[in-house]
Amino acid sequence: MKAIIHIGLKPGVLDPQGRTIARSLAHMGFDSVTNARQGKTIELNLDTEDAEKAQLDVEKMCKQLLANTVIEDYQIEIVEQD
Amino acid sequence: MQSAVIVFPASNCDRDAATALEKITGHKPLMVWHEETTLPKVDFVVIPGGFSYGDYLRSGAIAARSPIVRDIIKKAGNGLPVAGFCNGFQILTEAGLLPGALMRNKGLRFVCRPQKLQVVNKKTMFTSGYKDSEEITIPIAHFDGNYYADEDTLRKLRKSGQILFKYIDNPNGSLNDIAGICNKAGNVLGMMPHPERAVDPLHGGTDGIALFKSVLEAVR
Repeated sequence: MKAIIHIGLKPGVLDPQGRTIARSLAHMGFDSVTNARQGKTIELNLDTEDAEKAQLDVEKMCKQLLANTVIEDYQIEIVEQD
Repeated sequence: MQSAVIVFPASNCDRDAATALEKITGHKPLMVWHEETTLPKVDFVVIPGGFSYGDYLRSGAIAARSPIVRDIIKKAGNGLPVAGFCNGFQILTEAGLLPGALMRNKGLRFVCRPQKLQVVNKKTMFTSGYKDSEEITIPIAHFDGNYYADEDTLRKLRKSGQILFKYIDNPNGSLNDIAGICNKAGNVLGMMPHPERAVDPLHGGTDGIALFKSVLEAVR
């Protein structure tokens, strides 16, 4: 299986990089942009066929290392490996 | 006083910290590599500044999970004095020894300059050598120094006197102007400024000396 993890700042936590991106897009003429939040994606290849177990394992990895839950939220997607 | 300085890949203030400790305590500190699993018997541990693991993932995140930090967490829980400066502060928050997190500077710039601070609480083992509300100047040099904690945590920090240093003219957007905090027990300090770079007139200032002397006095 493969895990795709999206990590981003929690709502309410100031994201100066996101704000700068939004401002830059506006300067370029993309005036529909009202806000931007920047995050990161981590992809893990997992040696298991058990999606439920994969979900639980990755959940633990997020809490222990991949995300800092003081400031960040995360979303996990488990997909078939291509 | 026997002290130790922890060395991670890409620590770069380890020698500054060692020089400061030797100058002030009269003893050469032990340099401890991050892969060690047990601290030698010491009275004080410094986690130095730098860019441990290239700041990969988040500043301090990988270092906080290294073998030596596991032992530091255990011994800090038993009262061992520990101080983290700059990247050391980031490592201590990532390790859960201090609350909150250090985020990217609000101005999105690396700031590197002498910084005015106010000593907020002098009744700790790290600050007893300063005067009440003393204004001091200590260098800062960081990209991720913007302290964040939720409102409840900030309230607790204020209430229990855990905010030790505040910025005068906040350089990075840090909440409550926080430059340095300690844990509830008062034996773990984290601060973004570099006191080890302010211990000799040739550094441009000596306001860091009182911090090391305070610890020396406390463990004597």
